[in-house]
Amino acid sequence: MAAPSTSPSLPPALADAVRDDASLRRFLHGLPGVDQVGVEQRAAGLGTRSIKKAGKMWAIDTAIGMVDLTTLEGADTHGKVRSLAAKARRPDPEHPDVPQVAAVCVYPDMVETAVRELDGTGIDIASVATAFPSGRSSLKVKLEDTAYAVDAGATEIDMVIDRGAFLSGRYGQVFDEIVQVKHACRDAHLKVILETGELATYDNVRRASWLGLLAGGDFIKTSTGKVSPAATLPVTHVMLQAVRDWHTQTGELRGVKPAGGIRTTKDAIKYLVAVHEVAGPEWLTADLFRFGASTLLNDLLMQRRTQLEGHYSGPDYVTVD
Amino acid sequence: MWEYAPAPESRDIANLKPTYRMFVDGQFVEGAGEPLKTVNPGTEEVLAEVSTAAPADVDKAVKAARRAYDRVWGKMPGSERAKYIFRIARLIQERGRELAVLESLDNGKPIKESRDVDVPTAAAHFFYHAGWADKLGYAGYGPDPKPLGVAGQVIPWNFPLLMAAWKIAPALACGNTVVLKPAETTPLTALVLAEIIQQADLPPGVVNILPGAGDVGAAVTSHPDVDKVAFTGSTEVGKLIQRQLAGTGRKLTLELGGKAANIVFDDAPLDQAVEGIVNGIFFNQGHVCCAGSRLLVQESVAEELLEKLRVRVSTLRVGDPLDKNTDVGAINSREQLTKIQQLVETGDAEGAERWTSACPLPDKGFYFAPTVFSNVSQAMRIAREEIFGPVLSVLTFRTPDEAVAKANNTPYGLSAGIWTEKGSRILWAAQKMRAGVVWANTFNRFDPTAPFGGYQESGFGREGGRTGLEAYLDV
Amino acid sequence: MSENRISVAKTYKLYIGGAFPRSESGRSYPVVDAKGAFLANAAQGSRKDARDAVAAARKAFPGWSGATAYNRGQVLYRVAEVLEGRREQFAAEVASSEGVAVKKAQSLVDAAIDRWVWYAGWTDKVATVLGGTNPVAGPYFSFSMPEPTGVVAVLAPQQSSLLGLISVVAPVIATGNTAVVVSSQDRPLPAVTLSEVLATSDLPGGVVNVLTGRTAEIAPWLASHGDVNALDLTGAPEAMRADLERSAAGTVKRVLRTRPSEDFTREPDLARLRAFLETKTVWHPMGV
Repeated sequence: MAAPSTSPSLPPALADAVRDDASLRRFLHGLPGVDQVGVEQRAAGLGTRSIKKAGKMWAIDTAIGMVDLTTLEGADTHGKVRSLAAKARRPDPEHPDVPQVAAVCVYPDMVETAVRELDGTGIDIASVATAFPSGRSSLKVKLEDTAYAVDAGATEIDMVIDRGAFLSGRYGQVFDEIVQVKHACRDAHLKVILETGELATYDNVRRASWLGLLAGGDFIKTSTGKVSPAATLPVTHVMLQAVRDWHTQTGELRGVKPAGGIRTTKDAIKYLVAVHEVAGPEWLTADLFRFGASTLLNDLLMQRRTQLEGHYSGPDYVTVD
Repeated sequence: MWEYAPAPESRDIANLKPTYRMFVDGQFVEGAGEPLKTVNPGTEEVLAEVSTAAPADVDKAVKAARRAYDRVWGKMPGSERAKYIFRIARLIQERGRELAVLESLDNGKPIKESRDVDVPTAAAHFFYHAGWADKLGYAGYGPDPKPLGVAGQVIPWNFPLLMAAWKIAPALACGNTVVLKPAETTPLTALVLAEIIQQADLPPGVVNILPGAGDVGAAVTSHPDVDKVAFTGSTEVGKLIQRQLAGTGRKLTLELGGKAANIVFDDAPLDQAVEGIVNGIFFNQGHVCCAGSRLLVQESVAEELLEKLRVRVSTLRVGDPLDKNTDVGAINSREQLTKIQQLVETGDAEGAERWTSACPLPDKGFYFAPTVFSNVSQAMRIAREEIFGPVLSVLTFRTPDEAVAKANNTPYGLSAGIWTEKGSRILWAAQKMRAGVVWANTFNRFDPTAPFGGYQESGFGREGGRTGLEAYLDV
Repeated sequence: MSENRISVAKTYKLYIGGAFPRSESGRSYPVVDAKGAFLANAAQGSRKDARDAVAAARKAFPGWSGATAYNRGQVLYRVAEVLEGRREQFAAEVASSEGVAVKKAQSLVDAAIDRWVWYAGWTDKVATVLGGTNPVAGPYFSFSMPEPTGVVAVLAPQQSSLLGLISVVAPVIATGNTAVVVSSQDRPLPAVTLSEVLATSDLPGGVVNVLTGRTAEIAPWLASHGDVNALDLTGAPEAMRADLERSAAGTVKRVLRTRPSEDFTREPDLARLRAFLETKTVWHPMGV
């Protein structure tokens, strides 16, 4: 197993955890269990928070600034990516005060276009890599995929873990892959996609979260968006708890990105409430929390207009890109 | 920093009236007792004036209940009684939000609890018992079990509507008629329930509701023509009632105090255990007889758990009961607040380590910030006495046997909690607990199908489930 | 409106998966009243309609059996509320179908609604009454609980068109089973109206599927169907009963062989609830 390259100052217990395959396994299986009923009740309970007025406006603008505006289709074209980039820069042309999104997220062959379109905006260019979405290829291909995106100018890499290896208990292999991809990322930030819909249990989500954090992921991310279920509130709770516990133990702040299935402002605000109350207020920044989404942005814009104009808006008043 | 804007539920929904009257023989009538003023504990404002019963009113109500029992209710076929009770269930659901807001105004509990727990559970209780009314022959008490007659019931202020439902629903299902006294500080929702009972067209006298203080309660429980007494409240009063009824042959059930242990083993799902501990002691401001007021945590995880617990408790939002984001509302009365403060002072004096959430508290109203005492020993008053407030006492243990011994080391025995991922340990510990309800990896769950009640000084008799019917049947 | 207004006649269709299709076979058959006068054409369900109904019932099973007993109780009680609102329509249909006076028909409808309420109240009690803990001799916690068997094919009684129908359908679904019901062949109209009630209550589509048509034509396909778990023979033609039972043995279906002459006006017992329940026993060690 390769030594983790990113957390040189891990506390002894965690440094010990990644010493070898057996230690890693012992550590991950020694994490406290997650009770499904309990975590789902907590998520549902927090979901009833009622966010209004100034608090809602703040949440909408914060959420817009956390969106990784995403297009990951086989049918993607340069034209599509250009219009996505335009939307990212100016989400609501009639309201220039609307914040920019955090990043656009595209396939590696589209990175160059995105970089050109977003030059100088400060918007990050995220690219999926590592044989996204299945992750079923050789390590060599995955690393080349990563390098290709980074060379093209991606500032963030969204990698997928090998769920097959994880589910068959080959944690060391998953760890090594993440470490090597992290290395291939050079300066780019790494988001580790757990594909929680395939991990099936919250215990697995917790273990995979820690695996991603131990191996140096800057973010842990729920899903590719290609598997159902994608992001859910309780899964995100478990991951937020993991980054919080990581912070308690190491002092480091790592991020969380739910992706897929978050389509409405109401949903997004529930996630922000979870960030606020499970991880803590310091996570309420695009540096530590993102939404992987395509349709969410327009709903946020519509609700923003509703807040400002005092009546409901309609889909024809926001741009379709 | 993200501030949640205030999100108060509209107080108008409660349809608050300036005066409320008692409900006897199908009518709202003026009682001859001294009227009481019920106060919103969240603001200390007077909500309404409520007429109370004098001893003669109690007699009138018992007579009305007797008449209704003899002439109508006692001999009505179960299937017809069932339909009346189903109506009550539906009307509670229909007027649910009104009841929730009124409950929060009168009691001080957060609207999210009255809305999501008290009111729906009250409706569920009527719904469940409606179904029993024509199935009593299947309940295990013989082919055709008979009702007792007139039930005299006295309920506390911590779950005003829900306790009324727990009392009235099984009584009616089994064919009894009812004289119920709600708590002095929280009479309003019981009187709206009376309105609902009127809307459901129940025959007059089947349910009678008499507001008032302890003296009215005593008049109800000691009335010679009452066939069955049901009381929920303090152990002290429960003992008085038991003495009072000694030798009368009248049936009695008591649901009294508690000092529940919530045991966290080192292999527990810690984050959910934290939730369960919070729910166990801060739900309803800790005004819960089955509250998990003693946390027993295995020493090997005590520090980690306590740290997580403090972080979590710090996020609890204390304040306006009507705000939808309030987690902990107001203490029900100044008297109760004083009692909590006094017991907390004994904790300090006896050397326990107090930690209090730094949450802001409103200027007016009765509030107490969530408090956790660590380094508590079994000998301290805060480990032995029921505080009935948002105050948790934390003790540690080393082995499962020690946990069980400490958990059972109390005259009470209402409830217990067990947290471990190991199934066999749950069942082992549950078997050892001298408590009427044992929650494993959860806490404070209530359901009409699940019998609830205590061991030892927490009372006797059960409410809910098939077992709960026994209290209202002549068996 | 003038007295000689022409009324709008209803098309009586099948009820499968929450929708009202005509028979895929395109067939219908005339339904006549007790005196032989034409009432309506009913869809004549086919083998393939039965197949579709079984598929719909299977699809609905996880959701319905997985719902809480309380939720099932709420839904069934809601059905009773909607039944009450159609009281007059049912009475008219029962009167014409069964050839009884309107007053008698009304009392049958009232009994049917009350019967439904009776079963609605069982959803959250049946486990308490039929299940329990087993005081096994050893350090184990053991309990047994009833569980629904699955998809139940119900041949509804031929005579009692509403009270009988409700008496056989309600117990099947109260415990979490889903049902494929073949209505009374000659008196199918109340069954179609019941379908409309179910469709406008909160009952999820597919929990009850209603086929009208020739019982003798459809029953064998249900009896032999590999995805049907149980069979209620109540309305089966006398001559077919043994054959249907033999056919059901092919996949070891639970078979309820009640008397075709069952008196549905009498208060029921638990037999129909028990008939379509499995008992599951769970063991778990107790120890530190």
